[in-house]
Amino acid sequence: MTIRSMSEEAVWQALARVPDPELPVVSVIDLGMVKSVAVDDRGARVELIPTFLGCPALGWIADKVRAALAEQGLEAEVAFALDVVWEPSRITPDGIEKLREMGVAVPARSGGTPVACPYCGAHDTEIESLFGPTPCRAVYYCRACRQPFEAMKP
Amino acid sequence: MQALETILGELALQLGDEELFLGHRDSEWLGLAPEVEEDVAFASIAQDEVRHATFWYELAEASGCGQADALAFDRAALERRHAALCARPNGDWAHTVLRHYLYDAWDAVRLAALAEAGDALWAQGARRMLREEHYHHLHMEKWVVDLGRAGGEAAARLRAAFEALLPDLPDLAAFAVDPQALVDLGILSRPLAELRRAFVAHIAPTLSQAGLPVDRVEATLAAHPRECARPVARHDEAEELLATMNGVRSLGAAVW
Repeated sequence: MTIRSMSEEAVWQALARVPDPELPVVSVIDLGMVKSVAVDDRGARVELIPTFLGCPALGWIADKVRAALAEQGLEAEVAFALDVVWEPSRITPDGIEKLREMGVAVPARSGGTPVACPYCGAHDTEIESLFGPTPCRAVYYCRACRQPFEAMKP
Repeated sequence: MQALETILGELALQLGDEELFLGHRDSEWLGLAPEVEEDVAFASIAQDEVRHATFWYELAEASGCGQADALAFDRAALERRHAALCARPNGDWAHTVLRHYLYDAWDAVRLAALAEAGDALWAQGARRMLREEHYHHLHMEKWVVDLGRAGGEAAARLRAAFEALLPDLPDLAAFAVDPQALVDLGILSRPLAELRRAFVAHIAPTLSQAGLPVDRVEATLAAHPRECARPVARHDEAEELLATMNGVRSLGAAVW
């Protein structure tokens, strides 16, 4: 392992500690928001993919990334990349599990299967409203256990 | 090069003005929408539109039009480049959802034409927005069909909204700069006439499910070919909108 890749590893470890402000069980890595990490003599450069352009948390997240890297003694430049469109399929398996535990489902990649209820696991679910408490979330209803729940927007 | 910058700047201002004005109208429903779900939906939609406006104003800034915030808030109503439809007062719920549906449908066609064209930055922004606008479009489409199918007062109000909005469509399906110049510059993939055909094809199934006559949209667009830049939009409604939007800001003590 070169010195350079060791410092990149440190950046990834620091990013794993930057939570989403609305869904603090998951990190920016879990959400698939990190596009690239680069480290050189001058510091680190992190490219993030916004989940939604209008997400009001983006500035907060960028600040937290800079602060987490400052703790590692790295000055970080944080940029938002537009050339990749964020989709729920970017969420890691770890992230999907953590979200499910807090009652937020992640729709399947294919889009064909109805989303599974995070409480009872049934697929007998329907969308109640495309708009939830944050731009990236929608409100669903489980007909099996009669619970409303949230899911990441399909 | 100067001409290119000017054309791009004008187009970015048009797109910014339209998203900002419609986003502001959306925000006027907060606390008043007919269902709590609609309060949440319109808050989210307004947030998306205003952020999309920011993207376009930043592009206008990059084209030398001035600083993005000043472009958003400080330009007078007469200097705006929006389609009149975007600044119209909300009216009733039928008018609100049908206006938004028609705007979203045209916007989807327009964004696809920007995304298909060669310019990297414009295409990237358009692709992002297409994903986000898709949800607005689905939401409004459902409302339009539901109101139309409900019959009675709902359908009557939807029909009245259609009559009120129809004259605005040629002005909506147009550009603040010569659309052929945008095609020649590689910003837009297809000429205006093709975009209009795509728009009509796009809205036809929904309008027919809602009991609205799509042939009248076709006839209205055909009567106003608008191959050149659109004239300055009606500005009294934009003036009222800007006065409300800037109400707090004009106090001078606000910190942003």
